[in-house]
Amino acid sequence: MKKALSIYIHIPFCVRKCAYCDFLSAPATREVQEQYLHMLMREIHEKAARYAKEYVVKTIFIGGGTPTSVDADLLCQVLEKVKAQFEVSVDAEISMECNPGTADKIAFKKYCQAGVNRLSIGLQSTQNHLLQKLGRIHTFEQFLDTYQGAREAGFTNINIDLMSALPGQTLADYEQTLREVLALKPEHISAYSLIVEEGTPFYDMELNLLDEDTERMMYELTEKLLSEHGYHRYEISNYARKGMECKHNQVYWERGEYLGLGLGASSFLKLPWKDDAPSEKEVRLRNNSNLKTYLDSDFSYEEELVLTGREAMEEFFFLGLRQMKGVSLIQFAEEFGEDTIEWFYDAIGQNVRDGLLVQEGGMLFLTKKGIDVSNLVFERFLE
Amino acid sequence: MPHMDQSKIRNFCIVAHIDHGKSTLADRIIEHTGLLTSREMQAQVLDNMELERERGITIKAQACRIVYKAKDGEEYIFNLIDTPGHVDFNYEVSRSLAACDGAILVVDAAQGIEAQTLANVYLALDHNLDVFPVINKIDLPSADPDRVKDEIEDIIGLEAHDAPLISAKNGINIEEVLEQIVAKIPAPQGDPDAPLKALIFDSVYDSYKGVIVFMRVKEGRVKKGTTIRMMATGAKAEVVEVGYFGAGQFIPCEELSAGMVGYITASIKNVKDTAVGDTVTNDKEPCAEPLPGYKKVNSMVYCGMYPADGAKYPDLRDALEKLQLNDASLNYEPETSIALGFGFRCGFLGLLHLEIIQERLEREYNLDLVTTAPGVVYRVHKTNGEMIELTNPSNLPDPSEIAYMEEPIVSAEIMVTTEFIGSIMQLCQERRGRYIDTDYIESNRAVLRYDLPLNEIIYDFFDALKSRSRGYASFDYELKGYEESQLVKLDILVNKEEVDALSFIVHAETAYERGRRMCEKLKEEIPRHLFEIPIQAAVGGKVIARETVRAMRKDVLAKCYGGDITRKKKLLEKQKEGKKRMRQVGNVEIPQKAFMSVLKLDE
Repeated sequence: MKKALSIYIHIPFCVRKCAYCDFLSAPATREVQEQYLHMLMREIHEKAARYAKEYVVKTIFIGGGTPTSVDADLLCQVLEKVKAQFEVSVDAEISMECNPGTADKIAFKKYCQAGVNRLSIGLQSTQNHLLQKLGRIHTFEQFLDTYQGAREAGFTNINIDLMSALPGQTLADYEQTLREVLALKPEHISAYSLIVEEGTPFYDMELNLLDEDTERMMYELTEKLLSEHGYHRYEISNYARKGMECKHNQVYWERGEYLGLGLGASSFLKLPWKDDAPSEKEVRLRNNSNLKTYLDSDFSYEEELVLTGREAMEEFFFLGLRQMKGVSLIQFAEEFGEDTIEWFYDAIGQNVRDGLLVQEGGMLFLTKKGIDVSNLVFERFLE
Repeated sequence: MPHMDQSKIRNFCIVAHIDHGKSTLADRIIEHTGLLTSREMQAQVLDNMELERERGITIKAQACRIVYKAKDGEEYIFNLIDTPGHVDFNYEVSRSLAACDGAILVVDAAQGIEAQTLANVYLALDHNLDVFPVINKIDLPSADPDRVKDEIEDIIGLEAHDAPLISAKNGINIEEVLEQIVAKIPAPQGDPDAPLKALIFDSVYDSYKGVIVFMRVKEGRVKKGTTIRMMATGAKAEVVEVGYFGAGQFIPCEELSAGMVGYITASIKNVKDTAVGDTVTNDKEPCAEPLPGYKKVNSMVYCGMYPADGAKYPDLRDALEKLQLNDASLNYEPETSIALGFGFRCGFLGLLHLEIIQERLEREYNLDLVTTAPGVVYRVHKTNGEMIELTNPSNLPDPSEIAYMEEPIVSAEIMVTTEFIGSIMQLCQERRGRYIDTDYIESNRAVLRYDLPLNEIIYDFFDALKSRSRGYASFDYELKGYEESQLVKLDILVNKEEVDALSFIVHAETAYERGRRMCEKLKEEIPRHLFEIPIQAAVGGKVIARETVRAMRKDVLAKCYGGDITRKKKLLEKQKEGKKRMRQVGNVEIPQKAFMSVLKLDE
């Protein structure tokens, strides 16, 4: 039987870099973008030759950067290429990221026809002054146009990305953002709080960051308002209407296999140790992240990490526990053996004693307090 | 055997204020005598410890013998003895000076005379050295050699009209300095046929030869086979080798006689036997009395040193043992802290010495250390008449057993331009200084004299001085003695538990202020935990200040992007690693650097 696979396609281009963004993405000329997309198709061809026959693709995620900032027809060709080279399940979830102002109804129709059935739009805030501070390229009004266009083009599964704890943001601003977004009835909402990463313009700026209490209240407000409106939190920062959870993201948390395509894309694969050997190794890979050499068709991996048993178990916890349903200790025993759970008794015990984890009916999951300090919870599972 | 013609020997040192160019001039002198090619010259030949070169200061006294063919056609032997340039090593400086017959005073052509210029030149004059001035950095745009000449003549009283105007950095006029060494530094005069009398000015440990003693022979002679005796320590040994100092190497010779500077080895195992300032004599035919000025050197500053990883305790012990082989002024003894486990209480000449040892332990011995706040040696007079020298605050007896306490006081000289007198006086007041007097040495410059408690100046006094005078003030001090003082032990409680390694002794009047700032500092240093952590400062069980580290409320990773799990894991690992570098006290993790917080209270 064929194994399930997810595919991530990276489009490292955007109209302009946002002040908080530390992702592998930058503006580029049309010419470079086209070269890149052609290379991407070559990579798909090469990687398919290596991997395709083992797998059936269940989810595809086109992320960036801003995928919709490149030529729509070419991008659709990329997706067609994937479908031609891999066996893609008919009911596959195919997501694409999008930023307001970079796609209109006509473009959305093209994506729809190419098979994209889920859209993730980066809004962040509905206050224009905050959007400006973040270095976003759009206003709330432009977002509304984009959203409208996507709906009209036929998208029935849309996520909206939001951010809290922005410099200068008030609790009232944030509440307004949540309410205005809820009025649009998206199927899915991702709500992150701003983290100022090293290497971003924000890192070097004198930011008026929010005090802890306000940040905190925003955090609580998210959960409260969203659940009142029928969204359930299924992961630390992700909320969805029932059945509308992002399957692709769940693959990450549940350690399903995925193949990353494009510049610097990450993969997680279970490969045979040797050809035809029954046992598998789990490998985390990262594609070459140098655009210049990528355009010279260097599709090699710049990082290749074969996980040890212990590392796989640690991942099982610190990824799985991000989901509100938690991890199944029974599943752990099945995957890693009955006895090895002992290695994590201390971590589990400590977290349970501190009120950060709860064990119930064979499931181990984060408490409300545990969600707040999830890093600490996860860190304790590391050796 | 004919002895060395003393009239062709010049033994001298160079004195200067810090950064006036002492080491650079030494380099040029050595270079000009042709013993080294330019290519062989490392930037600063005499300072050969890595740390010295980095900090631009001289830690251990070194010596170098060079041959100079003067304009009179004669060859002269120069023994240049380098002296440490920091107040921590004042005694070593005085012994190095005692090994010389003259000194070159280097003065910066722009800055003129500074506090250490005065202190060093007086020290040299006290040792009856003939001093001649050299004005350095004349190529600086701000150079004003005429003003500086006047200063030297007016303030110090040295003739300066023919002082060489040089640039040591650019090698300008070095020849003139060499000629003046011949002309102005007196030749040694000692009776080579008298009983041996030689001054130890330094020693180093060599794993093959044992201790190598650096000395100046004042009278008599010494050669291989002579049985020598160190008059103060009483140690005896038979000389194995005598020689002099080439550039960066030891060159054996037949004998050392009166007037010469050189070394001996004698299978001596411990530098403690060859104390700086001691007199070496011939055991069979000793001199009548030792040279004056010998002092047993005492540690002025103490702190606890602990391995960050408790398992490294034996490594730390071995490292200290090795460092002590070369550094008789380093003291240590084992101690135990509730918070930090097994470690050592170490004694140093001063804070710089402490920092040097700490850095060497970390760099050369690869040890990760937790160092507690340095303190001075207090004298605790108990009600039963007993007196103890307190080096570790934790050992302070119960207050009911203490009659009174004394603390070390130094006499300080601060040289400052008149516009800053007010702010410097205020600083000294804040540090419990006792004003002595002011000398105006020029219309716009003055020397302020204060008696200051040592514990007020060991941490950051110099930095404070610099910042309050825009860098212009300079400073020198010497230990004056002990005085009674109202001292208390300030205890720090973290989450209601006393952390012994954070206790320190303060004057009663400053206890509140220090306690408050200490709590503030620790609040910054101690990371949030899941629970609230009170940090309290207490004197005699009474809490005088408090801060609270609020409970951790949020610790969440940003968006996990595009499935890059490896990167997220690295972040978690980094965070976890950070916690490994902390010390668990009760149920609180305290970062290592928090134990040095007391040093940073004025930041």
